Amino acid sequence: MNTLALSHEILMSIEKPARYIGHEINSVRKDPTKVDVRFAMCFPDVYEIGMSHLGIQIIYDMLNRRDDVFCERVYSPWLDLDAIMREKGIPLFALESQTPVKEFDFLGITIQYEMCYTNILQILDLSGIPICAKDRTESDPIVIGGGPCTYNPEPLADFFDLFYIGEGETEYYHLIDLYKKNQRDGGSRKDFLEKAAAVPGMYVPSLYDVLYHPDGTIMEMRPNHPNAPEKVRRQVVVDVTDTFYPEAPVVPYIKATQDRVVLEIQRGCIRGCRFCQAGQVYRPVRERDVEMLKSCAAAMLANTGHEEISLSSLSSSDYSSLKELTYYLIDVCREKRVNISLPSLRIDAFSLDVMSKVQDVRKGSMTFAPEAGSQRMRDVINKGLTEEDILNGAMEAFRGGWQKVKLYFMLGLPGETEEDIRGIAYLSDAIARQYYSIPKEQRNGRCAITASASFFVPKPFTPLQWAPMSDYKTYMDKAHIVNDCMKEQLNRKSIRFQWHDAKTTILEGVLARGDRRLCRVIYDAYRAGCLYDAWTEYFDYDKWMRAFDANGIDISFYTTRKRELDERFPWDFIDIGVTKQFLQREWKRSLAGETTPNCRAQCSGCGASVYGGGVCYESKD
Amino acid sequence: MKVRIKFTKTGPMQYVGHLDLLRYFQKAFRRAGVDIAYSSGYRPHQIVSFASPLGIGLTSEGEYMDAQFVTVDDSQTMIDRLNAVMAEGIRITQFLVLDEKERNAMASVAGADYRVTVRQGYYELVDFSDFCGEFLRQDAIFVTKKTKKGEKDEDIRPYIYEMRGTAEGLYLLLCAGSSHNLKPETVMEAFCAFLHMPYETFGFRIHRLDTYLQDDPDDITTLRPLGAVGHEAKTDHYETKE
Repeated sequence: MNTLALSHEILMSIEKPARYIGHEINSVRKDPTKVDVRFAMCFPDVYEIGMSHLGIQIIYDMLNRRDDVFCERVYSPWLDLDAIMREKGIPLFALESQTPVKEFDFLGITIQYEMCYTNILQILDLSGIPICAKDRTESDPIVIGGGPCTYNPEPLADFFDLFYIGEGETEYYHLIDLYKKNQRDGGSRKDFLEKAAAVPGMYVPSLYDVLYHPDGTIMEMRPNHPNAPEKVRRQVVVDVTDTFYPEAPVVPYIKATQDRVVLEIQRGCIRGCRFCQAGQVYRPVRERDVEMLKSCAAAMLANTGHEEISLSSLSSSDYSSLKELTYYLIDVCREKRVNISLPSLRIDAFSLDVMSKVQDVRKGSMTFAPEAGSQRMRDVINKGLTEEDILNGAMEAFRGGWQKVKLYFMLGLPGETEEDIRGIAYLSDAIARQYYSIPKEQRNGRCAITASASFFVPKPFTPLQWAPMSDYKTYMDKAHIVNDCMKEQLNRKSIRFQWHDAKTTILEGVLARGDRRLCRVIYDAYRAGCLYDAWTEYFDYDKWMRAFDANGIDISFYTTRKRELDERFPWDFIDIGVTKQFLQREWKRSLAGETTPNCRAQCSGCGASVYGGGVCYESKD
Repeated sequence: MKVRIKFTKTGPMQYVGHLDLLRYFQKAFRRAGVDIAYSSGYRPHQIVSFASPLGIGLTSEGEYMDAQFVTVDDSQTMIDRLNAVMAEGIRITQFLVLDEKERNAMASVAGADYRVTVRQGYYELVDFSDFCGEFLRQDAIFVTKKTKKGEKDEDIRPYIYEMRGTAEGLYLLLCAGSSHNLKPETVMEAFCAFLHMPYETFGFRIHRLDTYLQDDPDDITTLRPLGAVGHEAKTDHYETKE
């Protein structure tokens, strides 16, 4: 069998060789010589993570519907194979054809989290594509980035030819057509990029110059080509029902993180939690029609053979046909012996009924995300959840037979006091007290409450984008305050508290709100050996810090510095629909501890209505 | 009803491990829409087991699995339906219904035979088939086996039932199963040692031909393929019996 890029010897020397063999069920086979455009779609992390991502499956399906395009998949080689490829000079290949990525027309990379940035450089490097866009030639693929991190693409500006800002369903066909036309006309790579800059949602970083104030903040971001717009408008699929959805997603041989059918029920969120980037950048909320979802679910289960289906969206409880869809799926799945994995739902009679139908109450756990310990802090972040809601919800769950509760909190929120921090322990204990208020004979032993805290990272396009971060020691001190306070609680034996290390938080914070000057740092960190930074065991904070030092960059400029209300941010050239004025209003309300109602309760005039659809135009009954 | 399925595992599928192959089949049965039986409980699962796990990197045309079905169509229809949803490298070649009294595949495995060929670039000047007779004429063939407590010498000669040269390479018939599972790699390693040659881990292409049960445990001439015990399913014969 010579259809694999890697030799038998190599495949037998590495972990999980099935990551690299392609040929999966529903993977697309085309003759690469018989298409006009070859597109390599990459998730820059290991196969099992990348294969769990719905977005790639959507675009893969969408592009492969065209006979003139062959879209293939690429994932990061794990460290064992990485070493072998470098040693033996084996170029990175795409899974379907097992041929080198360098031969493709496009390399599309989805950028899901900041901690994958060095993995992007690994992909380029192993492919034999110059890491910096300016060094690429006519024989290199066009490197295009997409995904949530492109809402501030600036720290990656040097490495990409093009960023696609927004949802992939809208403009890819135009871009492909433009590429084909440019090829036919004998146009160069530069010609294509200049034309692409005029396509809605496309950002060609080389066509912009950035000027800085003496204090290091941005003075101006100036297009240097007439095709490059001052503002790049985020692309939105207005009708999420009449659009692309993969009915036969690729089924991996090895167990992926999401080894199941994923049904995306809606995009966006009405809630407006002030820390949440997804809650702003996917506005307005758009629901898929329930009949479409029913038919997609049936088709996907039949085509994949998966034994589990999960619903995916932000704040799924707000999906208006959730009851109808869930009860339908419960019926269908019981008959087909398919498990349903539910998203986090608001605790009410409906969700408890559904949960008791789909999980073993004795073993399962109930998850709450209060995000902050005190009511004051929850108001600051606009988490529309009161202590009463949480305690009543927990009580309902306990009465329903659940004993395990998971709680998610954030530390390091703006204006947080020691009392707010201790609130995490008080709330955890209050939930345990609810449990023990049930008469002994009606409960089943002890309850188990697991409280986890992560550190807040301010993200672009959120009302908290102005918030300063803390330094490492302050973060860890906060975690220790909670931990000590937990030990003072009455029900300490029923509560477990765990927290993340803040080093990742700090780097994530720098990259999230960073600018173009960080490209050099990312490059140096990669050259110094940083890779798989999202994997705690491989994350090397000190190497990163040395890369900052070597470039004369003080990270406090990006983390703890106070940002003025009128500061021009690196991402301000992107127009997400939601206006900066709205975000400023929300930031002020946040500082004042004032909450803002959700989109269905009352429109707050965020600006997302410019897209002409979704919740902004729902008839108000 | 108990069903025995014979299949191949070749090409890219040789790099898919045993547990992943099990998951692969569970999904394949769902895609094919066949009426396989499920366990009861919150997480119902298919009742499926393999005869003899094949190591990663080995290919085979003689793999077996047992599964419980509720209803079946005739064997050819079942084979066609399953093959319509198989990945490249997996082909269903037999679909047999077993008597309820029949021992399951895993418990009944007693032997397996293999075709061993030299992989390109290795042992170029060696004709292994010339030395099989000499190798087998030894009274004992000791190999060092790693156990939990350390290392232990074991005589594998009794478990090599047959070994001879063929037009393509070597033919090996070895003892398999729970009591003495002799891997073809172990035999080749011992063979190389006998010939005073270094053992190349990747030097051989090993292909399983079939897997066998044994009617009389003391008589290896009673080895029969695992697929010899079932019978073809016929449509109207096997409706659900409540």
